[in-house]
Amino acid sequence: MSETSITRPQSRREWLLSDAPQTRRQARLGAIYQGWLTFRANKLAMFGLVILILLVFMAIFAPWLSPQSPFAQNLAGRLQPPSAEHWLGTDALGRDILSRLIHGSRITLFIVGTVALIAPIIGLFIGTVAGFAGGWVDQVLMRITDIFLAFPKLILALAFVAALGPSIGNAVLALALTAWPPYARLARAETLTIRHADYIAAARLQGAGPLRLLIRHIWPLCISSLIVRVALDMAGIILSAAGLGFLGLGAQPPMPEWGAMISDGRVYILDHWWVAAMPGLAIFIVSLAFNLLGDGLRDVLDPKGDKE
Amino acid sequence: MLTIDDLDVWFGYPPDRVDAVRNAAFSVAKGESFGLVGESGSGKSTILRAVAGLIDSWSGRIEVDGHPVHARRRDRAFYKTVQMVFQDPYASLHPRHSVDAVLSEALSLQGMDDIDRRIAKLLEDVGLGRGFRFRYPHQLSGGQRQRVAIARALAAEPRLLLLDEPTSALDVSVQAEILNLLTDLRAEHGLTYVMVSHDLAVVGHICDRLAVMQHGRIVEVMSVEALRKGAGEQEYTRHLIAASG
Amino acid sequence: MTQSLLQVRNLRVTFPSRQGEFHAVRGVSFDLGRERLGVVGESGSGKSMTGRAILGLIRPPGRVTADRLELDGESILNLPERRMRKLRGSRISMVMQDPKFSLNPVMTVGNQIMEAYRLHAGGGRDAARKKALEMLNAVQIRDPERVMGAYPHEVSGGMGQRIMIAMMLAPDPQILIADEPTSALDVSVRGEVLNIMDGLVRDRGMGLIFISHDLNLVSKFCDRVLIMYAGRIVETLAASELHNARHPYTRGLLGSLPRLDAPVKRLPVLQREDSWRDGGVGTTTSESA
Repeated sequence: MSETSITRPQSRREWLLSDAPQTRRQARLGAIYQGWLTFRANKLAMFGLVILILLVFMAIFAPWLSPQSPFAQNLAGRLQPPSAEHWLGTDALGRDILSRLIHGSRITLFIVGTVALIAPIIGLFIGTVAGFAGGWVDQVLMRITDIFLAFPKLILALAFVAALGPSIGNAVLALALTAWPPYARLARAETLTIRHADYIAAARLQGAGPLRLLIRHIWPLCISSLIVRVALDMAGIILSAAGLGFLGLGAQPPMPEWGAMISDGRVYILDHWWVAAMPGLAIFIVSLAFNLLGDGLRDVLDPKGDKE
Repeated sequence: MLTIDDLDVWFGYPPDRVDAVRNAAFSVAKGESFGLVGESGSGKSTILRAVAGLIDSWSGRIEVDGHPVHARRRDRAFYKTVQMVFQDPYASLHPRHSVDAVLSEALSLQGMDDIDRRIAKLLEDVGLGRGFRFRYPHQLSGGQRQRVAIARALAAEPRLLLLDEPTSALDVSVQAEILNLLTDLRAEHGLTYVMVSHDLAVVGHICDRLAVMQHGRIVEVMSVEALRKGAGEQEYTRHLIAASG
Repeated sequence: MTQSLLQVRNLRVTFPSRQGEFHAVRGVSFDLGRERLGVVGESGSGKSMTGRAILGLIRPPGRVTADRLELDGESILNLPERRMRKLRGSRISMVMQDPKFSLNPVMTVGNQIMEAYRLHAGGGRDAARKKALEMLNAVQIRDPERVMGAYPHEVSGGMGQRIMIAMMLAPDPQILIADEPTSALDVSVRGEVLNIMDGLVRDRGMGLIFISHDLNLVSKFCDRVLIMYAGRIVETLAASELHNARHPYTRGLLGSLPRLDAPVKRLPVLQREDSWRDGGVGTTTSESA
């Protein structure tokens, strides 16, 4: 309403929340700040974010944080319960579980990060092209998606890994290849709802070609809901990765992958519960954090939630 | 400026084919303002969309500035001549694009140079200050959004502006502002208007002539003077005038 | 006005927002008798919020306060949801803007009217069915038997709105609140629907609150008109006196309408003044329009 009130010096908060930004940068930062305020109001999401920041921190500084080497064996001190010396106990080869968990966070982040990059991008591309082009392109792409969706995710990933050979890289690839179909579905549905919007018609009337419409107009609207979905799916991806590790098809020993660690502890689960429970707890906490984060992001990003 | 002859527009395929417009014909002279009125489903907006190239299932003849248009493809020259303003200003602006992004995209697609200066000029033309340049749609009121949509349409410096109920989603006081703006712009830029509306008073204010539509057909083409006198030749026209009086 | 059915004193509706409190309705007071009362204003004037507040339809975090909000002498301000639900429909009903969104798409029209009636008036299926047919007749639906069995998507907009009215009037409420009941309809159907509503309201001696942005329409169908601006009533007029309105806002609204019988080159534009916001009572607020 008032553009004349700029003469008075503004606080940084006012500058960011201004309804009449003066520059492109102010507008963009203002939009981000608005989102941050919404996100911050969600206490649980903030909790999730803090955990994940700690996780990243842990992964970066793993060598300095871990009390011992994750690979140092000590057969004399095997299967020790949690104590002052080994906070989370030791495993069957006498390795410090805490150190292995800290180093394992790197592997977890690597898996999650790579899958979270590859799968939604494939999904976004296939889904928006299918939804936007329509006709036989849509038919072909969506039937391929259906084929992938028809198999349980883990089984399909198992098949891929079995064909490619067990290793952490192949596990990531397999997970990414099996995780994209739901994103394609989502992106297509979003595209179908916005394809006939007036603002798309208006851009067409400016002479915008299909590629430009897709990238500049449709993607920005699909991406936000995809990000939310990815954050919510992250827990599932961690569990699938752990599942592959558990079955011995992911990270190979002696890598401290959390799923593989649970698998190692399985034999002792009744007498030495901590060997399997500690990595299980780690997976649980990180999965939970991602879910909480996803919920918070939905409040911020979901275009359908836009309201006064 | 615009000649339409024997225009049929349909949706879907037989047996579910719906004929939205049947055998429509009218022509609009350069600098004229022409209204299309009728109730919902009468096909008035459909004609506009077919002219703009947003619907490609049509047959007949559409001529813009003496050149027949292609059924499916429109070239850049066409979009430099014809632009459209949509009904709902809340749906016609991309929610994630700022005013600046909207206008600079329109300008660069038209191959314009000196974009910064042109954006300032466009905003000034539609009565928005520079302070609006970096706002997002959610920071604008309905009337302001419609002004941005008009600025976007003007970016290409068109000569024919298609107006699809440009004020029906707005409050009456804002409607008056937008109608005045449209009047001024037509005088300044020598524009030709084709305006769709269900509001006879609005059409009576803006237009010189109008076509009354019912069930996809043009019932009658009349002058605004005749409309003011309530002198429709057809029963339906008189009914419509009486109902909106 | 013989006696007042509804008394509203200093009604306020507030929503929290990032910039502080947003006051959607700021101290509205009026009495409703057995009359047709129009509430007119532009979007954001608080006219719909007033209607919703009376019906107890403001959801948290929105807050409703009032010095008095009485239906027939009985306070209905912030009643618990269960009691409010009993009240809505049986004593106060509401007709919304678009019948497409207010009818249940998976239930036949007949069942919906019957359910609405039985919920409030009780009684058996046969009685309800008779009442439903009677109501459909009352809203001048020619083939009520067929319409009873139809689903909402099978009827036109005007018919849908008539069905809504039938449904809302079946339990014989004392007050009907109609929020833009005809703005989704074509002009030729509009008059018909309004006439039906008008007739029913008059015959039953009900109170009608007709919320609309359309001054001319309201002046035709109401006895009295409240003009709202920025959450306040700026002027109250007898509908017949509308064209002698005093307040610059009302006059501005009337002037900005294009008219077929009085062509002008440019329409007069409403110049809003800050003083309108505080219609005499004077309160400071921190809202952005």
